[in-house]
Amino acid sequence: MGTERKVNNRRKFFQTSAALVGGTLLYALIKPFEALAQPKEEEIKTDQANLALWGMGVDLEKCIGCGKCAEACKIENKVPKEPFYFRTWVEQYTVKNDGTVKIESPNGGIGGLKQSVPDEEIFKSFMVPKLCNHCTKAPCVQACPVGATYISPDGVVLVDETYCIGCSYCIQACPYGARFMNPITKVADKCTFCYHRISEGLQPACVEVCPTDARIFGDLRDKESDLVKFLQVNPTQVLKPHLNTHSRVFYNALSSEVK
Amino acid sequence: MEEHYKHLYEALSQVDGYIYPNEIDLHWGLMIVLYPYITGLVAGAFILASLERVFNVKVLKPTYGLALLTALSFLLVATLPLVSHLRHPLRAYEILMTPNPTSAMAIFGFVYLWYLMVVLLLEIWFDYRLDFVLWSKKSTGFKKFFYRTITLGINDTDKKSAKLDDKLGYFITLIGIPSAFLLHGYVGFIFGSIKANPWWSTVLMPVIFLFSAMVSGIALVMVIYMVVSWFRKVEIDMPCLDTIAKYLFYILIIDFTLESLDQIHRIYEAEESFDIIKVLVSGKLNITLLIMQVLLGTIIPLIVIGIFQVYKPDEKIRKFSYFFVGILVLIGIFFMRWNVVIGGQLFSKSLSGFTSFKAVYSGLEGYVMAAVWLIVPLLILTFLLWLMPPWKKVTTHE
Ligand code: SF4
Ligand code: SF4
Repeated sequence: MGTERKVNNRRKFFQTSAALVGGTLLYALIKPFEALAQPKEEEIKTDQANLALWGMGVDLEKCIGCGKCAEACKIENKVPKEPFYFRTWVEQYTVKNDGTVKIESPNGGIGGLKQSVPDEEIFKSFMVPKLCNHCTKAPCVQACPVGATYISPDGVVLVDETYCIGCSYCIQACPYGARFMNPITKVADKCTFCYHRISEGLQPACVEVCPTDARIFGDLRDKESDLVKFLQVNPTQVLKPHLNTHSRVFYNALSSEVK
Repeated sequence: MEEHYKHLYEALSQVDGYIYPNEIDLHWGLMIVLYPYITGLVAGAFILASLERVFNVKVLKPTYGLALLTALSFLLVATLPLVSHLRHPLRAYEILMTPNPTSAMAIFGFVYLWYLMVVLLLEIWFDYRLDFVLWSKKSTGFKKFFYRTITLGINDTDKKSAKLDDKLGYFITLIGIPSAFLLHGYVGFIFGSIKANPWWSTVLMPVIFLFSAMVSGIALVMVIYMVVSWFRKVEIDMPCLDTIAKYLFYILIIDFTLESLDQIHRIYEAEESFDIIKVLVSGKLNITLLIMQVLLGTIIPLIVIGIFQVYKPDEKIRKFSYFFVGILVLIGIFFMRWNVVIGGQLFSKSLSGFTSFKAVYSGLEGYVMAAVWLIVPLLILTFLLWLMPPWKKVTTHE
């Protein structure tokens, strides 16, 4: 008799605790799929293939390092003006006669890059604008613990500001230094290809201000776009291809010194 | 904010070579050093306790309860530094609500909960249930209330139920060992899986984290056992202490071998990132890596305990040396975490330059706060030892 009561007692304890633990786990497991259960009010209207797939070409032969793009980006996207926060910046590479490479980007190139190495020591020099590469296999998206950073259906890597917990894991995961922690919003911040502009049919701010048309923005699926033509006629390369990020920013005339 | 900018301008003036402009702001500071450190202590202490129970190493009995309570005290605090470093700490629960299945960090939340709820709490509960029942009869006030509540109404005191507790406890310890491995191996994976960072990205990372966790946890329990014995004015059980030290010795050897293997592999392969890592190790990290981690935290302890394996001096000398070695190992492993977390951010992902790290004293990410996170678990432990002293237990498992 005594044994029976004990067993029941214990069984009850196990049942209650199992229900509690199980319930919590189940809730957490089901929660992500909640969206599936809801009526699809906003059915995606166009077929995936009819959407654009945004990308950018950068023609290093044309870039003069004026830094207008970096400046326009800061204004357009309200990026803090301190020199530690950039959605796009321009690097100046100088290969010296002795083979050493000097890389500089004071204030991200805003105000124009000036050569600091005396002419007679220079073997060659060139400018490299940088920005988020909108990787197809984006390490930042893979790493974000809550899914606050994601790839939009038209191929732009974005951050949901209302959702980001500010853990900085994505910043660690981005191989290109393209992300920063915004000191004002306290969420991860990065280039959006000026999503608010391109959705209206405009060009990203950096592309619009570039005096030499060194940046070519467009739809990779549109065979008539300037971008596709740029890719067709130029031998282009992406940054850090060995990391297999399948980046969608393509560089023409990329030299092997560029990191 | 002004303070933060000032700090960054200072860092900017100390940049060496070229770093991406967004890299001047170091994102992971002291709090993220503490997080793997504390989780490691938990996993290590738990594994020591399991050794006694599952592998039946009887001499370790005096430290079983102590090790479990130590693990619990540190585990309760483990996620706090992590959460406090978030820029939006109030959104932290989203990690559990909408975890991103591809994120190493997201899954950690579940591993942690599993470990806390299912493994540690249950194991301690089964170990103590009968004592709670018996103690509740003899005590008054808060203690009585606590003992009565915590038994969850299961008040049987007969042999059979004690046996059942023991069996279930044993079973949970069995699940606990892989769970502890998982817990800390996972923390290693959080770093090891970042391909963008050549200093972190190595398959050995989870294994190295695991073994260094065992090392630190064992050292911690060893030191705590000695301190608690001094406070209680009881004799330290020397065979027990010698055995703990022996385990510490062997696991430290494995840990050291793994870490050396990792470094040798890097040196031999000399990939693209090697040049900068070489400068990192010999420059920015030389004190924290070569002196603190390798010399103080590994070589000296290995020599001292190594000697004791062949020649056993007087008890007094041994006690003193074990204490000293325990502290050294704890410092060494702290710097191991430091070298991973901070070291991994000191060089640019452009592999062309370095930034510097200057920890602050005050603020949520400062030294003071770091000290708090290390002291709080000790206070919790003191409280737990007062509430449920393992040495007053009537029952012990088989
Ligand atoms: S460049 Fe960096 S931020 Fe942009 S998609 Fe790739 S990993 Fe993410
Ligand atoms: S900082 Fe925000 S976007 Fe980045 S990984 Fe953390 S939660 Fe995701």
